[in-house]
Amino acid sequence: MTMLRERQADAAPLTAARAQRSRRERRVVLVLVGALLIVAAFSLAVGAYSLSVPDLLRTLAGQGTQSENFIVLSLRLPRLTLAVLVGVAFALSGALFQTVLRNPLASPDIIGVTGGASAAAVFGMLILGFGSLATSLAAFAGAIIIAGVIYLLARRGGVVGYRFVLIGVGVAFMVQGLLGYLLSRADLNDAQGALLWLVGSVSGARWQNISVVAVLLLLLLPVIRLADGRLRALQLGDDLATSLGVGAERTRLVLLVIAVALAATATAAVGPLAFVAFVAAPIAWRVVGTGGLALIPAALIGALITTVADFVAQHLLPGQLELPAGIITGAIGAPYLLWLLATSNKTGKSA
Amino acid sequence: MTPILRAEGVSLGYGQTPIIENLDLTIVPGAITVIVGANASGKSTLLKGLSRLITPDAGQVTLRGRNIRALPAKKVATVVGLLPQQPVAPDGITVADLVGRGRYPHQGWFRQWSSSDDEIVAAAMAATNTHELAARRLEDLSGGQRQRVWIAMALAQDPEILLLDEPTTFLDVTHQIEVLDLLLERNRERGTTVVMVLHDLNLAARYADHLVVMCAGRIVANGTPAETLTAEIVRHAFDLEARIVPDPVCGSPMVVPIGRFHGVASTTTTPGVRHNEPVVI
Repeated sequence: MTMLRERQADAAPLTAARAQRSRRERRVVLVLVGALLIVAAFSLAVGAYSLSVPDLLRTLAGQGTQSENFIVLSLRLPRLTLAVLVGVAFALSGALFQTVLRNPLASPDIIGVTGGASAAAVFGMLILGFGSLATSLAAFAGAIIIAGVIYLLARRGGVVGYRFVLIGVGVAFMVQGLLGYLLSRADLNDAQGALLWLVGSVSGARWQNISVVAVLLLLLLPVIRLADGRLRALQLGDDLATSLGVGAERTRLVLLVIAVALAATATAAVGPLAFVAFVAAPIAWRVVGTGGLALIPAALIGALITTVADFVAQHLLPGQLELPAGIITGAIGAPYLLWLLATSNKTGKSA
Repeated sequence: MTPILRAEGVSLGYGQTPIIENLDLTIVPGAITVIVGANASGKSTLLKGLSRLITPDAGQVTLRGRNIRALPAKKVATVVGLLPQQPVAPDGITVADLVGRGRYPHQGWFRQWSSSDDEIVAAAMAATNTHELAARRLEDLSGGQRQRVWIAMALAQDPEILLLDEPTTFLDVTHQIEVLDLLLERNRERGTTVVMVLHDLNLAARYADHLVVMCAGRIVANGTPAETLTAEIVRHAFDLEARIVPDPVCGSPMVVPIGRFHGVASTTTTPGVRHNEPVVI
């Protein structure tokens, strides 16, 4: 191996540039963590029974009264935890999809992966009379099956990316049609339950479904961390990635499987929660703005979106009914999708 | 010694359509090899085959006598690097970040980013005169600057054999010369084997130690520019009538195309008279 030693060049500007990049990302992470803590405090303290901050801290330290313990630790904390975890899972899933396929439209909620989970879950609920655990399993299976179908269809000819998105959008419409059919022939009461599930809500938080998401994240986060270098190589296109020694096709497949598992698990736990996977990473890229992967900021933004959405849906919308968080995430995501579609042709980046 | 890259009876193509069939080529170590040919003659396909971007349908590409597919991908990447024709980069990426990603094959489980990586990246940026752009964003640069940054990335990979697919396309003539001089310098100073596809025959003849002329998926000439760039071969490979004269700057063969309207006595043309047949000299 030849070494570039003979011509000494000043490496100081490089070190400085790298320091600047990581400083910027670190600052973003700090701000996001701070925001998340504030939202978490509000979520735990505010409600029909509101606590002061000292009371909240005391309760969290295990010194609360019986009713405080019940409200904070048994009702609000599971809900908050689940919102954070699925936010992280959806965001990382979307970030992986969008990075690996190099297309901002390639997120599991746009290309029908979460749609597949929904259709399977609704099929289980309405036709097979599944309970909540079986429904979750059905949702997981549905996401995996639909992702496999899209991958196999898009794989022919070897080109992924753009084709993957087009085929995914087509599949999403098919799945939507199936959903419509299932709902239209269902009993009205059953259909309403299914519809609520379809919007997505963290109100069904139990330590049981929380632990499923938590365990999956604990298993997959190190794997994603290890894939860091490969992801950075893949960002430069398949040709350069291959030239740098990354098996582009195989790496993409492995990372897509991880991304599908994340989206499927999160959907199984809370329903499809529209657009969280779609918007989290692009917001992170915009905020950090260095062309890096920004996976940690993306995960934090995902968690922030789901927790804020759940808080707004619970407390800030008028009406007696407590609304599912998916309505809020949808209200954030849909305008972003429109904006992306309206501007992507100008820059030519999305295709 | 620089390892030898060789194509042995390779057939290359995309899906069902073969573009190259049963082709043999040995890349001369330590030299600059330029591949030329008309559009769709298989130049880029050959380059992709040599850099294992596409798998041969038949035959094999060998590195040091061993099938390149059987070698560990990351190991190969420390020896053979490719700069594709139109590489892509994520939005907002800075020059220093991009060039640094060329170090990927040199990093591993136990070898993370180190100060020697910084030095190599800095040297690559100094060689390409991009060190002052380190903190700039790639999309804010001009075409010529951007191409130098990409070449810096390829140099940071520090391969012994560097393959480039039309590194001068989209550049004006000044920047074309700049890029080619840079590669020549790298080759002469470091012994890096350079293999590139070029469109401009005269620049190819000037910078190449070995010229590979392709036509319809075959190699029709392979040798020094003086041996390979004859009027006959240009006519055969490019379907073009041309005169070959010595380059006034360095004496390498220079291809002067004739076309339909010029060429009588090589200086005068008769206005209004169309030469339907090319004038064969």
